[in-house]
Amino acid sequence: MKLYSRRILTNRIGIALSMIAMAFGLAALMWILWTLFSNGFAALSWDFFTQDTPAPGSEGGGLRNAIVGSLMIIGVTTLVSTPIGILAGIYLAEFGATSRFAATTRFVTDIMLSAPSIVVGLFVYALVVATLGGFSGWSGSLALSLIAIPVVVRTTENMLLLVPTALREAAFAVGAPRWQVSLKVTLRAVKAGVVTGVLLAIARITGETAPLLFTALNNQFFSTDMSQPMGNLPVVIYQFAMSPYDNWVSLAWGGALLIALLVLAINIIARVLFRKKSTA
Amino acid sequence: MSAPQQTADGDAILKVRDLNFFYGDFRGLTNVSLDIAKSRVTAFIGPSGCGKSTLLRTFNRMYDLYPGQRAEGQINFHGNNLLDKKQDVNLVRAKIGMVFQKPTPFPMTIYENIAFGVRLYEKMPKSEMDDRVEWALRKAAIWEETKDKLQQSGLSLSGGQQQRLCIARTIAVKPEIVLLDEPTSALDPISTAKIEELINELKDDYTIAIVTHNMQQAARISDFTAFMYLGELIEFGKTDTLFIKPKQKQTEDYITGRFG
Repeated sequence: MKLYSRRILTNRIGIALSMIAMAFGLAALMWILWTLFSNGFAALSWDFFTQDTPAPGSEGGGLRNAIVGSLMIIGVTTLVSTPIGILAGIYLAEFGATSRFAATTRFVTDIMLSAPSIVVGLFVYALVVATLGGFSGWSGSLALSLIAIPVVVRTTENMLLLVPTALREAAFAVGAPRWQVSLKVTLRAVKAGVVTGVLLAIARITGETAPLLFTALNNQFFSTDMSQPMGNLPVVIYQFAMSPYDNWVSLAWGGALLIALLVLAINIIARVLFRKKSTA
Repeated sequence: MSAPQQTADGDAILKVRDLNFFYGDFRGLTNVSLDIAKSRVTAFIGPSGCGKSTLLRTFNRMYDLYPGQRAEGQINFHGNNLLDKKQDVNLVRAKIGMVFQKPTPFPMTIYENIAFGVRLYEKMPKSEMDDRVEWALRKAAIWEETKDKLQQSGLSLSGGQQQRLCIARTIAVKPEIVLLDEPTSALDPISTAKIEELINELKDDYTIAIVTHNMQQAARISDFTAFMYLGELIEFGKTDTLFIKPKQKQTEDYITGRFG
């Protein structure tokens, strides 16, 4: 009986400790979110979306140029990294099971996954910006693509490896060549998972600042010219948050909230998509 | 048992001679020789791991997907050795279809499940494809259940229906031989009965080779039965003879349930 009551006590202590740990983590998160929401929503207004970033000392202003710039840079990145990432993932899962080239690709992809984004930014700066003479939206997309592609490659590969052998064999059994088996049967079987991977990659790059700092830089004016420096949310937040102007700081909060909401939305869509797939 | 064992009647469509199969260093099949009779049902029985599925998977070169697996010997099909390196495996698989243990509908509509294989080797207008899909589904005795939902996912069907869809998909390509690898072991008795009935109807037009764990099933549906043990073909002959008067002691022990 003594042993039994000791076990109950240990159990209670264990639960209490893990509850405290959870409360601690959750409180920090709530605090961040609360600060972000209260400061961020205060900054949102019609002008926030319709005016461009203000010059030093001038009143008001908005983030139109940065929002449009961010959307364009992320859009181009998605268009570039989705096909490359998916095709590379298919190669790794379906074609390169044992080849040395595939093993090397897998290894490099893993390194790229954990490479600090500032390194990627510097790399593109040295390779493209410095040699072609100038910051540009294109180079920003290039840097973000280098971060997004490994994410898409790995999720696509992992999803394809989940496809039951029987399904793959069944497709071969009707006489389908390997590329048809991959594109029309196995890839389709894990469509939801692959789309989720792409969405998570987008969510990942949405808040990346360092790569853009060295590539797209920033632009105080509205511009849709990808060959010129381009305004974008992360860099604007970075610059405005530390400025002495109150309206700049407020805009930075608004921008941060916008990014947080965008990432949240992407994550929710990804989850819904993935859940629909797993219950089907 | 290395001497060729001929079937008693009918023309042989597949002639297997001195077939050896290797999983890396492990020998999965040893000197198997037999004939598969045209338009007949040949059943392969034996305890787990005896090589019956392995043998079936050499007929459509399925083992080719896996490095380290290789077959030696001869499998003659219309005068060609299927094991020849130069043989186009995709063409082989279009001529020798296969249905697996677990139903494996493709992640697409019922209609597309059938049309997928057909499109690989034949170009035809939409109306003709519609006819082919209906023909295959009718042939597999699943038309009545699916005709109103051809545009629904193949995955929406029940297990037994999915398996008949897989059979429909296989015969839609118009193969000469249909390989069935334990096609009913994942199904309930009623679905199993339907598939067995179907096999009986299909054998007029197709040659069927079936691997089964169920000896009653082999006895019910096959014309010829091969008993395999430890990678060797122990006995092969007419199903009636093999089940009533087996020549080998091992065969008798197995079919009377003394081992395996």
